[in-house]
Amino acid sequence: MNFFKRFAQNRGALVGLIILALVVLLALLAPFLYPDSPWRMVQRPFLAPGEIAGFPLGTDTMGRDVAAGLAHGAWVSLLIGLISTVVALAIGVPLGALAGYFGGKIDDALMRFTEFFQTIPNFALAIVLVAILEPSTVSIVLAIAIVSWPPVARLVRGEFLSIKHREYVEAARLVGQTHRDIIIKQILPNTLSPVIVLASLMVATAILLESSLSFLGLGDPDTMSWGYMIGAARTVMRQAWWLSVIPGVAILLTVLALNLVGEGLDDALNPQLARAR
Amino acid sequence: MPYLSLILGRIGKAVIVLLAILVFNFFLIHAAPGDPAAVMAGEAGAADEQFLEDLRERFGLDQPLPVQLWRYMSGVLQLDFGYSYRQQMPVLDLILDRLPATLMLTGAAFVISLALGILAGTLAAMRVKRPSGSIIMGLSLLFYATPLYWVAMMAVLIFSVVLDWLPAYGYATVGAGYTGLAHAGDVAVHLILPALTLGLFFMAVYTRMTRTSMLSVSQQDFVKTARAKGLAPGVIQRRHILRNALLPIITLAGLQAGQMVGGAVLTETVFAWPGIGRLMYEALMQRDYNLLLGIFFFCALLVILFNMLTDVIYRLADPRIKQSAA
Repeated sequence: MNFFKRFAQNRGALVGLIILALVVLLALLAPFLYPDSPWRMVQRPFLAPGEIAGFPLGTDTMGRDVAAGLAHGAWVSLLIGLISTVVALAIGVPLGALAGYFGGKIDDALMRFTEFFQTIPNFALAIVLVAILEPSTVSIVLAIAIVSWPPVARLVRGEFLSIKHREYVEAARLVGQTHRDIIIKQILPNTLSPVIVLASLMVATAILLESSLSFLGLGDPDTMSWGYMIGAARTVMRQAWWLSVIPGVAILLTVLALNLVGEGLDDALNPQLARAR
Repeated sequence: MPYLSLILGRIGKAVIVLLAILVFNFFLIHAAPGDPAAVMAGEAGAADEQFLEDLRERFGLDQPLPVQLWRYMSGVLQLDFGYSYRQQMPVLDLILDRLPATLMLTGAAFVISLALGILAGTLAAMRVKRPSGSIIMGLSLLFYATPLYWVAMMAVLIFSVVLDWLPAYGYATVGAGYTGLAHAGDVAVHLILPALTLGLFFMAVYTRMTRTSMLSVSQQDFVKTARAKGLAPGVIQRRHILRNALLPIITLAGLQAGQMVGGAVLTETVFAWPGIGRLMYEALMQRDYNLLLGIFFFCALLVILFNMLTDVIYRLADPRIKQSAA
C-alpha cells in the first residue's frame, strides 16, 4: 500500500485534512475577501450574526466585522504555528542529532541543557519572554519555539542512537565519509517520518499557545488573532456570547484537524506500528 | 545509603536548575527594552533624570553587570525577590499570599484529572474497537484540542449565565461573611468550575496515556498466562494490566506539572481565582517585571518540587527501580 492509501484509510485523518484545507483556503483568501483592515469599524457594535446583510457573523464591541477578523486571524494562526514549529525544529533537530551521534560528554551536556528547558513550566516561560521582549510576531514566534524544541531534540537523539550502528552507517564510515556527511546524508533522512508526525502535532500546540498568549493580551498589537478576539469578548460574554464562541470554535476545529492529520500521518508513515495497534 | 545519595543528587540537580533560572531572569530583565531604572521609575510613576540617577545608585544599577548579578542572586537566597511598586508590597509577600489558592486549585484539578482520566482510559482500553471506546477517545481528543481559557469561558456561560447553578468568578461570596464550615462550603462551590475546567484538559492526556499503556501491557506474556490459567477477565484487567499500566502514568503526571502551572494562569484569569496565576496576569497588565519574574521563579520551584515527589512515588510504586539504583 502506498502512502496516500494508508493515510486515507484513517477516516478521521481525511476529515482533518478537509477542515485544514478549508482553514488554509480562508487564510489565503482573507486579503481578497476582506481587503480592509480587520481593525476597521464598519458598523454599529454588537450586531448579532445575520442581523444585517453583509455581516454574516455580526460585529464586535467596537463595530468591527467578526467575519473579517476570523479570516485574517486564520492567516495569523497558521503562519505563527508553522514558523514557530520550523524554528523549534531548527533548534531541536541539530541538538538531538549531535547528542545522539557523538554520545558521551557532548550527549550529557546537551541533554542536561534540554532537561533544563523541559523542567521550566513552558507557558509561564513563554509569557515572561513575550512580556519582556515586548509583544510582536517575532517575539511570539521565538517564545513558542523556545518552549517547544525539547521534545524534538529528544526524539531525534533517540532515532540517532538506534540508527547510528546500522550497517549502512558503518559502511559510510568505512569508506571515509565525514561526520557531517554521515549525519546529514545517511542518518537524518531516516529520522524524517517520526519528526514529520511530531511537527504536525507541534503546529497544533503552537496555535494553541499563540491563541493563549494573545488571549492574555500578549498578541502582536498589529495583527488580528483569534485569541485576541476571545480575550476582547470576555467582558461582554453575557451580552454577546457569539463573540467568544465563534473564534473559539475556529481554534478548536483547526487544532483538532491538525491532530487528526498528525494521527493519519503516523499511520501512513509508520505502517508497522499502525498494524500492531 | 543509595537512597540518601539519590535524594541528595536530586536536590543538587534542582538547586542547579533554580540557580540557572535566576541567572536567566537576571539577563531577561536586562534584555528588556529600556533600562531597569526607567522601568522602575515608570512603575513608581515619576521620571525626571535626577530620580533615575537616584534609583540607579540605590539599586546598584551603576555597578558592573557581574556585581549586579551577584547582588540579585544573594538577595534571592535571602528570600528577597524585590519590591512591587505597583502593588506597594514586597514580591515575596504577594506571592505567598496567593500561593494557597493556586495549590488548592491545581491540587483539586490534578486529583480530578487523574481519577477520571484513568477511569476513562481503562474503559476505553476494555472497549477497543467498540463504539463506546471510540466515543471516549473522540471526546478526549476534543478536550485536548480545545483552548483551556475558552473551555473556562464556555463553562461560565453555560453553568453560571444560562443555568445559574454555580458562581462564575471569585474565591468566596463577597460580603457574605461566612465562617467555619459555611465558608469552606462556599469556597468549595467556587472551586468546582475552575477545577473541572483545568482538570478536563489533563484528563484527556491521562485518558489517552492510560489506554495506550493498558493495550501494550495486555500484549505481554504474564497477561497471557493469567488468561490461560482461567482468571476472570475483570481480575486480569484490575490486578494484572491496570497496575502495570499505571507506572508510566506517574512519570507523565510529573511531566504535566509544568503544563498545569500554565493552565492555572489561564483558568485563574478567567475565573478571577486569587492565585499566583491571576497575579501573573495582573503583573502582565501592569508591566510589573519584578513581580512577573518572581512568580516565574516560584512556578519553576513548584514544578521541580512536584517532579521530585513523583520521582519518589515512582520508586515506591515500582520496586524494580530500587535494584537498579543501588
